[in-house]
Amino acid sequence: MKTAALVADLVTEFKTHGRIVIVGASLAGLRAAEALRDEGFNGSLTIIGDEKHEPYDRPPLSKQVLKGWVRADHTKLPRMRKVDAEWRLGVAATGLDRKTKQVRLANGDQVPFDRLLIATGVRSRPWFNPKEGALDGVFTLRTSDDSGRLQAALAAKPGRVLIVGAGFIGSEMASVCRELGLAVTVAERADAPLIGALGGVIGDIAAEMQRDFGVDLRTGVSVEALVGDVKGHVRRARLSDGTTLDVDVVVASLGSIRNTEWLEGAGLATGFWGVACDAGCRVFDINGVVTDSIFVAGDIARAPHVLYEYQFLALEHWDNAVLGGKVAGHNMVSLEADRRPHLPLPSFWSGQFGVNIKGVGVGPFGDEIVITQGSIKDRRFAAAYGRRGRIVAAVTFNHGKWLEYYGALIERSAPFPPPAPGYDQAGDMKPIPARFPDPRVPTGVPDVVLTGHDPNERGAEYRPKKRGPVGEVKRAA
Amino acid sequence: MTPKTAYAEADEVQNGMTPETAWAEAMKFENRANPYSFFDELRKTPVARVAKGTYAVTGYRELLALAHDPRVSSDISHSPLSAKPAAGAESPAGAEHMKAYGKEPSMILSDPPDHDRARRQAMRHFGPPHTPDLIPSMETDIRKLCNHMLDKAKGKTRIDVVQDYAYPVPVAVICKILGVPLEDEPTFHAWIHDMMAGIDLGPELATEEGKVRSEKAKASAAELTKYLAGLIDGFLRKPGQSMLSKMVNDDGPDGPMSPKEAASNATLLLVAGHDSTVNTISHCVLTVLRNPGSFELLRSRPGLIPGAIEEVLRVESAVQFFPSRSALADIEIAGTVIPKGAAVFLMYGAANRDPSRFPNPNHFDPERRDNEHFGWGSGIHTCFGGPLARLEVNVAFETFLHRVENPRLVVDPPPYRQSNVFRGPQHLFIDYDRIRD
Repeated sequence: MKTAALVADLVTEFKTHGRIVIVGASLAGLRAAEALRDEGFNGSLTIIGDEKHEPYDRPPLSKQVLKGWVRADHTKLPRMRKVDAEWRLGVAATGLDRKTKQVRLANGDQVPFDRLLIATGVRSRPWFNPKEGALDGVFTLRTSDDSGRLQAALAAKPGRVLIVGAGFIGSEMASVCRELGLAVTVAERADAPLIGALGGVIGDIAAEMQRDFGVDLRTGVSVEALVGDVKGHVRRARLSDGTTLDVDVVVASLGSIRNTEWLEGAGLATGFWGVACDAGCRVFDINGVVTDSIFVAGDIARAPHVLYEYQFLALEHWDNAVLGGKVAGHNMVSLEADRRPHLPLPSFWSGQFGVNIKGVGVGPFGDEIVITQGSIKDRRFAAAYGRRGRIVAAVTFNHGKWLEYYGALIERSAPFPPPAPGYDQAGDMKPIPARFPDPRVPTGVPDVVLTGHDPNERGAEYRPKKRGPVGEVKRAA
Repeated sequence: MTPKTAYAEADEVQNGMTPETAWAEAMKFENRANPYSFFDELRKTPVARVAKGTYAVTGYRELLALAHDPRVSSDISHSPLSAKPAAGAESPAGAEHMKAYGKEPSMILSDPPDHDRARRQAMRHFGPPHTPDLIPSMETDIRKLCNHMLDKAKGKTRIDVVQDYAYPVPVAVICKILGVPLEDEPTFHAWIHDMMAGIDLGPELATEEGKVRSEKAKASAAELTKYLAGLIDGFLRKPGQSMLSKMVNDDGPDGPMSPKEAASNATLLLVAGHDSTVNTISHCVLTVLRNPGSFELLRSRPGLIPGAIEEVLRVESAVQFFPSRSALADIEIAGTVIPKGAAVFLMYGAANRDPSRFPNPNHFDPERRDNEHFGWGSGIHTCFGGPLARLEVNVAFETFLHRVENPRLVVDPPPYRQSNVFRGPQHLFIDYDRIRD
């Protein structure tokens, strides 16, 4: 009883006088801060962000903002409550000293903490050739500043836009270009758009959508060089098939890089795929020992997931940031018995070419697909992914109201193929290969990645390529 | 009888009740004011066989799953409720009523792809992205109408909230949107009243009176659809700006809606476009007056009104269930197998009080969080007019809270309407000190 009382006192003491630092002032960091205050944490709370902006929402940046409907600086996140935090915005964290429990900032300040949340997320993978990347008219899209600049460039009616990489963001940008009446070429190294996340069967449908919308889609090619004019503005692109394109705007949409550099030397399990943690958001150290005072949430976290054979799952999804932030906040001020797991059923949405695409689960975990409901021709359908007779993911095109059903099936690893619907069947319900690219073949890095069982990714090695837009992941045999 | 006695009696009766009995009790007219204790009893088997070929779903999780299950059909022609009973066989309760919504199935009685197409054809002229301004543009009229009704209540100290406040506003609004002349209201009001009275799956259906109501409902539904078909015919000859006119003249990607289908959907939109709104406004007033302190709370903090309305919809769902659904395959759920062909009733009002989903479920908490109730349905048939209804109820409730001084219920529970599907007070008399300017 005595010990229990002591521990209870400690919790009260920590909630009153503790110091919590959140590094990363975006969606996960903000929701974690709100959760901490909801949990009755009244101690000091410091939120550090390298951007000067208050937390803002990113999904509109590739859609409504580029279309010119919403200003780039008008996507601030709604606040769920007052967080009463000290905001250190516009200054990046550059180091973590676990012995003295301090975060080092770019301006030399040291911020002490009792508990730390890592929520530094990801950044755009830059153009592989820095000189070419520095040309006027060459963009990446991740931040609201990026979006504002790109929107201005598109509003200036460029002759042709080249988008390199046909993942979700690249495809959404191509859609916006067409809606703005701009000529646009999309260059993708893989055989189809969205192939990393959704596989070749769906990728082919996405390709058709792009072409029907007037996108000049080129698959199986990479962009080898960008050429500028005398004023340093990009004017030409050279493709791997030997063709050249006259372009005024180039957007490199090559996936993301996890912002882990500042954690170098901290002895945490960090790497190419982010910061490894347990299902309760507690970070592992380099030896796979779980830490007590360091937590992680959002795009940068990778955690073992029960639905996917306990592989570490890295998720660049909006709701993963929200829910992960909340769970991290809760667990940072809770004792063992009250801790909660963050085991989200991954879900995402995208809007492109007049189609609302939504998904649940992890498609690339599967190897088969069956189109279950609706009509591919009308681009209104639902499809399920399976692996060894179990359903692992589903995707809908303009059919999102059905996702709930598939989500429930995935959560209980129901048999695949799922039972035939009673109406509006898409076909014969016969599974076919989903055609995901070999994970070892570098294409655009998908935004859901199963990263193996090892907290330290010892089986994986990242080697930047000299040429080509993305890095190579080589797995040990 | 005070509500307290009603609860106490129910408690005594329900021990050891079979699902069949609990269901029959919940559907009985005498229990219309408070069917919930019987729903609690029923929920002990979240998916239960309650009559021949009929399964009632009262658990939240189970309802959520079935509302999204593509093996559950809303096409009434698949349901045993619409089947001609075989000679000597007992027809499941409620048989003919659901056809009251018209012969050509409206969207609420259809499955994809027809449902999806019809909903798109109608939604183009009602909401975003094609018609984003229609609903917001109604706000001024709604506010004016609400104030007008309360102005009329000045100098009195008693009104019937249903007749004198809740009914006139939504009916005027839906008429304007659809293009139905408000002068015809006395005519169609009677038809709709009879129609709704016939949508009753309780044991009274089998009585002489019930059969008369049922016949009258069918006849009235036919009259109403005929009347609307006449209007639509006029719009085909002389197109106008109303929603019904646009539905049959539109040249959108799905083309115009066929006149027959438009007539069925017009019946649906006209009826559903005000009836449940009336019930919800009445239930808002009833609920706050039943719960001491909540009237003052909402009056002083109007920011809580939208959430409070959702809470009213949770505890007093205006559509308690919609009895068109049936199983197209054997469906195993929560330890029950719903056999192929059985009617499936998703009991929104019951699932909304599932204690495994909503803590303290019988308690009205205007500040309740995480309140994802089924008051608007769930899945592809989720309330089409919800955004309009939300606006109407918000303005009406806010105006009432703001202007009516010291309102008191005259009788509690108030007399209820016949239908156990579209559930709401027949009258709701309140006394008050005065109407503020």
